[in-house]
Amino acid sequence: MGRKEDNIAKAKDLMNKLSRIRNIGIAAHIDHGKTTFSDNLLAGCGMMSEDLAGKQLVLDYEGQEQDRGITINTASASMVHSFEGKDYLINLLDTPGHVDFGGDVTRAMRAVDGAIVLVCAVEGAMPQTETVIRQAIREKVKPVLFINKVDRLINELKVTPEEMQQRFVKIIQKYNQLLNNIVPEDLKDKWDVKVEDGTVAFGSAYYNWAISASYMKKTGLSFKDIYEYCHKDDQKTLAKKSPIHEVILDMVIDHLPSPQEAQKYRIPHIWRGDQESTLGKSMIECKENGPLALMVTKIILDPHAGEIAVGRMYSGKIERGQELYVAGMPNKNRVQQVNVMVAIDRIPVDFVSAGNIVAATGIRDAIAGSTVTDDPEAEPFERIVHVSDPVVTVAVEAKNMKDLPKLIEVLRSISKADPSIQVQINQETGENLMSGMGELHLEITEYRIRNDYKLDIVTSEPIVVYRETVGKTSPHKFEGKSPNKHNRFYIEVEPLPDNIVKALHDNVIPENVKKHKNEVAKILQELGMTKELAKGVFAIRGLNMMADTTKGIQYLFETRELIKEAFDEVMKSGPTASEPCQGVLVRLVDAKLHEDAIHRGPAQVIPAARNAIYGSITISDPVILEPMQKVFISTPQELMGDASRELNQRRAEVKDMKTEGDSVNIDSKAPVAEMFGFASAIRSATGGRVLWNTENVGFEPMPKHLQDEVIKQVRERKGLKPEPYPAEYYLD
Amino acid sequence: MSKGSLTFIGLGLHDEKDISLKGLEEIKNCSKVYAEFYTAKLIGTNINKIEEKIGKVIDILSREETEKGDKILKSATDKNIAFLTCGDSMTATTHINLRLRAIDMGIRTEVVHGSSIVTAVPGLLGLQNYKFGRTTTLAFPEKDYFPTSPYGVIKDNKKKGLHTLVLLDIQADKERYMTANEGMALLLEMEKKLKEQIITEDTIVCTVARAGSSSPTLMADRMSILKDKKFGPPLHTLVVPGKLHFMEIEALEKLAGLPVELGKKLQKL
Ligand SMILES: Nc1nc2c(ncn2[C@@H]2O[C@H](COP(=O)(O)OP(=O)(O)OP(=O)(O)O)[C@@H](O)[C@H]2O)c(=O)[nH]1
Ligand SMILES: [Mg+2]
Repeated sequence: MGRKEDNIAKAKDLMNKLSRIRNIGIAAHIDHGKTTFSDNLLAGCGMMSEDLAGKQLVLDYEGQEQDRGITINTASASMVHSFEGKDYLINLLDTPGHVDFGGDVTRAMRAVDGAIVLVCAVEGAMPQTETVIRQAIREKVKPVLFINKVDRLINELKVTPEEMQQRFVKIIQKYNQLLNNIVPEDLKDKWDVKVEDGTVAFGSAYYNWAISASYMKKTGLSFKDIYEYCHKDDQKTLAKKSPIHEVILDMVIDHLPSPQEAQKYRIPHIWRGDQESTLGKSMIECKENGPLALMVTKIILDPHAGEIAVGRMYSGKIERGQELYVAGMPNKNRVQQVNVMVAIDRIPVDFVSAGNIVAATGIRDAIAGSTVTDDPEAEPFERIVHVSDPVVTVAVEAKNMKDLPKLIEVLRSISKADPSIQVQINQETGENLMSGMGELHLEITEYRIRNDYKLDIVTSEPIVVYRETVGKTSPHKFEGKSPNKHNRFYIEVEPLPDNIVKALHDNVIPENVKKHKNEVAKILQELGMTKELAKGVFAIRGLNMMADTTKGIQYLFETRELIKEAFDEVMKSGPTASEPCQGVLVRLVDAKLHEDAIHRGPAQVIPAARNAIYGSITISDPVILEPMQKVFISTPQELMGDASRELNQRRAEVKDMKTEGDSVNIDSKAPVAEMFGFASAIRSATGGRVLWNTENVGFEPMPKHLQDEVIKQVRERKGLKPEPYPAEYYLD
Repeated sequence: MSKGSLTFIGLGLHDEKDISLKGLEEIKNCSKVYAEFYTAKLIGTNINKIEEKIGKVIDILSREETEKGDKILKSATDKNIAFLTCGDSMTATTHINLRLRAIDMGIRTEVVHGSSIVTAVPGLLGLQNYKFGRTTTLAFPEKDYFPTSPYGVIKDNKKKGLHTLVLLDIQADKERYMTANEGMALLLEMEKKLKEQIITEDTIVCTVARAGSSSPTLMADRMSILKDKKFGPPLHTLVVPGKLHFMEIEALEKLAGLPVELGKKLQKL
């Protein structure tokens, strides 16, 4: 048996020995070396040729990834490592670093219990470093630190041994500081990393070596030795004496939790169901003989196998032929093939049990983010909270009219596999919109449509998506009449306080108000809402909510769900530019209903409530919000002027400017709409000598004088008349 | 005052011959005839037959046109208009609304009555009109809409010993007419939800099918017996009786086939 086959056999055997499993994610700022690192771990365990590892980047298997030298898709791979005489199964997810693919990182964190955060020794902690720590903590995933590219520090920057140590100290301090700004109270200082206890390792993913305090003790190597080996260009020996996979996987096994340990505290955090129920207990104890609960975190489109759902088994076991339910979908799905990933190969197995990562086919209705169970009534996992939303949109058309049906099918399939891509298919206007996290994200998706799906398409210039909100509380209640005129609803709106908007965004407030009524009311009161209002909240949609503050109106409860439908509709598409609403509190303050149920059905109530909500937004100082981006620039002193000029032309606001050595770091914020084409503009302005990166940071009100023009543009593009309707329009 | 007028004319219950002589005469004096058939339908006839009977062409208004009212009100400003509706014209809230708006516009209005299900059903069953409480209608359930207020109406009426006339949803545009069986099933479903023992398998109900036709079918019995019975073509109506007067029991026995032993039991209550 070859080493790989041997490993496959061992992996299968370890699958139900929970204390011997670790599920980990590799996360970092772009280019800090995640894939090189992951490849070398695999190679070290004998899962691939050591010569290729780190150079070929087998985990970047897609053509686009190889061509562009960046990771686009989270890849999963498993390996077996022996620690203190026992074998362990390590399931690893290598995540992308580019901000545009941040959604993949967030979803991967739902599947793992621990993470290794990489920081490049040369660049230090970067904006995405903070983001990935945030993503891990949000899922209660415990991170440890690896300082990578130490070879460059020594050989390119030519630092002294002392300077090297100082750099390490600085990076570790910065890391712990970022971490402690993010972790909840109960974890403060608990997950700090320290050189002494072996929760930090240093090394070179490229040259295949690493070192940690624990490994130094074991081998007697010191920082000084390492410096020497690098200095005299003999990293090969170093890689033999202190191989990266030994050091790192020891660290993983020693410091990151097993699924059994982690699910105890992760389940209450990611699942709002009754913890005392059979399913709740089974998940907390990570039982394989319990109800099935699978969280799908990635859909891979395989040319042969079709859609493969990859995810984390939290309870029970999944087998071929099982009939399972995808939360929110009506039909049963029959599991076809069940696989584990060993190295990068899918190995078919009889079953995969709780605590492991599975790759299954046949779960047709699943998208990345779906809960799969064997009981259609089971409470699904919490929604995965993303750091940012899709903010850039292009219109997509099929080059040949006859391909339109295929285009719609392809767009649907793409958004299923990558939920960070949102598609809006408009059968009436024939305009199909595709939104993503940024220009690169859309460019790559377009490439896939053309090359993988073999569909010729034409796309528009990118534009940004906007949000609508209100600037003030309605000056008076707004009346909406039903078409038959027998029913009237009275609505007022107001801006939702920022802390509540944030709580909604962070998914602190359950979206299913009906099911969690008391909890919602309690949280809202804690956030400062009056008891009366908090108790009246009956619907949440995105970052908006609706409350009923009426008292004792007969039959009103029968129309609740219909009012909610109207609310959902308006929040999805506001009155000003037909863009989604955000931060709006809608209050139903009065209603007059017809005595007979026949006269207050959906056809009457929905339009009445909808008009009342539209109208009340219209009289409450409607505001357009635009997506914003943080822009970090690191420029040589002499190019400062050119870099600043580029920013100034883009309505950017400079927050901070720091000189570090020969370079200046500029920290600024600019509207995404103004940032299109920034890459090539700054490259040509500065001869490519300026390093920069961006990060989406949500929506902010657009300057008043620019709003009208944008509203007009957006409306015309959607085939609406250029100006929004006046409030009177909604009276009748 | 404008020159026009609007006359609401009830067509009655079943076919083109249910209209009153007065109604026919009024139509002759009108220059335009509108009608609305989305809330109800004359099962025993069709538009052609009605047009033939009245000797005029009818402009049928859609639900939207009726609810908006603009079209009919506009032509009534300078013309004499007849507006035909099933049953008695002023039982629908929309028609009252239309009349009020016409008055606001200075249009003369008039009402010619037609026979109505509201009196026909009690009449056929021999139930006393002044013993009825609030009327209710069962709606076809829709996504997110399953109103249970009819259950509450029956409950309130029963508490006071009153009968409830339960009308059944008509979606004429879709040719959907709720049957008595569907109505009873809905009531039992409401019971399942609200569990107040108002409607049970033992509850006595009366069914009337095709009131106003020459072959109405009337039945009175326990829900358990009637819920699967066949009542023939539409339209159907239900009555949930409250406390029955001895003469009402006798009438139900003779007119609607209430089993005698049930009648005896009721007499003793
Ligand atoms: N000198 C040196 N180069 C390294 C090291 N690790 C990675 N690199 C190089 O850094 C570049 C980026 O490496 P990747 O492994 O693709 O980085 P990544 O973090 O996976 O990148 P994304 O997934 O796109 O965010 C490649 O050119 C690697 O060869 C290291 O330890 N030393
Ligand atoms: Mg990578």
